[in-house]
Amino acid sequence: MAKIVIDPLTRIEGHLKIEAVVEDGVVKEARSSGMLFRGLEIILKGRDPRDAPQITSRICGVCPTSHCVASTLCLDDAFGITDKIPKNGRILRNLIQGANYIQSHILHFYHLAALDFVDVTKVADYAGKEPALVSVKNFISRALNENDMYMLAPFYPRYEGDYRLSAEENQMAVAHYVAALEARRTAHELSAIFSGLMPHQKSILPGGATENVTVSKIANFMWQLEQLRYFIDNVYIPDVITVGKAYPDYLSIGSGCGRYLSYGVFVLDVAGAGLAQPRFLASGTTSIDTLQYASLDAAQIAEDVLHSRYSSPSGLHPSEGQTEPAPFKPEAYSWVKSPRYKGDVYEVGPLARLLVNYVQQNSVVCSAVDSMMSELGLAPADLAGTLGRHVTRAIEAKLIADEMAKWVLELEPDAPTYVEYELPSNAKGAGLWEGPRGALGHWITIKDGKIGNYQCVVPTTWNASPRDDKEQPGPIEQAIEGTKIKDEENPFEIVRIVRSFDPCLACAIHLLTPKRTELGRFKVC
Amino acid sequence: MELTRRDFLKLSAGSVVAVLGARLFSVPGFNSLLAASLVETPIIWLQSGACTGCSVSLLNTVNPYINNVLVDEVIPGNHLSLRFHPNVMAAAGEGAMKVMNDTAQNKGGFVLIAEGAFSTKDGGVYCEIGEENGQGITALEHLIRLGSNAKAVIAVGTCATYGGIPAAKPNPTGCKSVQDVFSAESITTPVINISGCPAHPDWIVGTVATILIGGLGAVELDREGRPTAFYRELIHDICPRRQYYDVGKFANKPSEPYCLYALGCKGPVTHADCPIRRWNNGVNWCIGCNHPCIGCTEPDFPDKKSPFFQKAGSTGVAAANRIVEDIGLGVGVATAAGIATHLGMTAASGRLKKKQSKEGQS
Repeated sequence: MAKIVIDPLTRIEGHLKIEAVVEDGVVKEARSSGMLFRGLEIILKGRDPRDAPQITSRICGVCPTSHCVASTLCLDDAFGITDKIPKNGRILRNLIQGANYIQSHILHFYHLAALDFVDVTKVADYAGKEPALVSVKNFISRALNENDMYMLAPFYPRYEGDYRLSAEENQMAVAHYVAALEARRTAHELSAIFSGLMPHQKSILPGGATENVTVSKIANFMWQLEQLRYFIDNVYIPDVITVGKAYPDYLSIGSGCGRYLSYGVFVLDVAGAGLAQPRFLASGTTSIDTLQYASLDAAQIAEDVLHSRYSSPSGLHPSEGQTEPAPFKPEAYSWVKSPRYKGDVYEVGPLARLLVNYVQQNSVVCSAVDSMMSELGLAPADLAGTLGRHVTRAIEAKLIADEMAKWVLELEPDAPTYVEYELPSNAKGAGLWEGPRGALGHWITIKDGKIGNYQCVVPTTWNASPRDDKEQPGPIEQAIEGTKIKDEENPFEIVRIVRSFDPCLACAIHLLTPKRTELGRFKVC
Repeated sequence: MELTRRDFLKLSAGSVVAVLGARLFSVPGFNSLLAASLVETPIIWLQSGACTGCSVSLLNTVNPYINNVLVDEVIPGNHLSLRFHPNVMAAAGEGAMKVMNDTAQNKGGFVLIAEGAFSTKDGGVYCEIGEENGQGITALEHLIRLGSNAKAVIAVGTCATYGGIPAAKPNPTGCKSVQDVFSAESITTPVINISGCPAHPDWIVGTVATILIGGLGAVELDREGRPTAFYRELIHDICPRRQYYDVGKFANKPSEPYCLYALGCKGPVTHADCPIRRWNNGVNWCIGCNHPCIGCTEPDFPDKKSPFFQKAGSTGVAAANRIVEDIGLGVGVATAAGIATHLGMTAASGRLKKKQSKEGQS
């Protein structure tokens, strides 16, 4: 029996450690530990509620917009103005959020995940004239001439062995890595047209949005969006297919808990409240076994803390959530709480969103998923593993970009984007939303005009959760357990699985593993 | 055209790196000022209590683009070798830590870039990166070890420069800035503060470029340790909406495209060149989208810059006269007097007073 420890697990957002106990070449037990705690929920207490969208944006610099919107919806709810947001305000929020999805998905595939599949060194043999590749080739030559492999940083060192693309495919992928840097930058510039800047957009706040709508901004937005749609259709999606065809075993490697949950995202009409609002990607749950839709009852979410370092009671709904640290709780091994829905483990993210909407016969989603499935010779039931997460993320980028092209034309130049409201002294609110990485909930209690309590349950809290009160491992843990590791020195399988979830550890802010304690560490035979 | 060192500094300091990236390459004589062979500057990018926003912001750099920064000569004859960056690097686990350790052994041979605040409570257990003999290593330990050996430290973002949001009241994890950790540990390595939440990519790349061309001494710092090239002015003083302030035309609610002072804009108490540089390739900026500046580049962000939607100078929020005092100490009495006079006159003229009393009644 051996233990593989990967710390830090890089190319994700934040600080993550993965430990896996391997027996006879198969992972018997896996545990994920986040390594950073900042306590932002504690910092929020006592502040002006209107500051929450800006402060919670700082939970994550990759997906600040998701937190900003979730927090804003939470305040809209508390202020009783959810159905009063002007049409322009609603659309601007969707466009700013959509641009963040595109940025995040492209960044994830090319700059966080791809180096596990792509061999950059193959560019050394490149004979063409593509400037980006010539640049990389020169970069490699310098390192070879000096015989200093560290000069290949940040692309070296790396795990060695399982790179399967042809030399030509590798070179193309590296060129696309560079093109994707430009695409993701463009997506931020797209957002900034209406959000002021990225990361840490402004504009979105309770009551609507602050940026005015003009014809020139609409035109500017359309043009930049067109470039991104071209990139997604002609570069991103084909590249995911290329990787998928070269690594078909990763369809099953990394299959998770098989249950999926979505809160829904992109409000299409402000009538109604919370989950009752029509959303482009709707809320719900499903499972890979049944592919049957079930509606979501947010009251059934509870957070277990048996194996989390909290002394607060287990099984609380997040609106009543407490954050009482207990670093030396004997049975705890993580600072992630374990959110569960109806007591079961659920995976969140693009895979969950698309499956939930596929089984609801969302025609746009079905047609995109079906066409990708026919290209790959697969069925939706094949999507539960590592590749399924990459494939659905790419499809989703396309779906959202295509819808944004319609939404931007629904904007009404010079019409209001913002509605005024009264600040209540005492109120409660909930903001259920979806970030690029999955279901995101913010809950606020306002007391005497200040924040009395603030709780966030973020996507990575769902996906990276530890074992719950019933000893059920979290989704990432389940996805790693049972995996066959070909080479323990180069555990590609583990990093590919973990990265397919696109974890965001700064988001999962409850996370912490105290130092110098053996509590909860593995007992290795 | 002959380019002196002074011109270089002016170029790199006063304007965008676009100048360096594009124009300088064609300037005759430029190359002769630099070493003939390629100089590698190893960089270790240490991320602590951060949101990764400053790393993501750096990816938005334009002229040079980020791929130029990674693989090309960012300044002719100079290549930045990004040895360790948790979000970008291919390596993971032990392989990643080995690069960091090998690079750090070369005393004075690398630049440390720090992103995020450093937890000091309970020995800094709130952030760990890598492990040694089965024990986690805190970010604080990394900072002390790497910081002592580095040629210089560039603290990027308001968390690393001043503590920022993780250090906001009640500072649950005892977060400190790089400089405060260094002071406590008597580490004398020079620290340059590139504040901002996030830091602007031009501020980061421009500062690095200035160092590559002119050495550390070429970077002139203000009393908060920030390069004056980017943080010399108050946002308020160079704001395109300044005219509205001067004539008393204030936005009464968010989304109104006038002076946002009455809505809580912290431009009068915040130093940065956002109004002229703007963000995301110049597309827009905070005030540009009718949202008040929240003062994210200042040492007292966020506690004395909030509530974000309350006027500077109201309860708990830093007032402009503090900044006037700062300027008095920093850049000379005449300027300070000028600003004080200006603010005084504005208030005395009744335009602001009227606004304040109106809000007081509501």
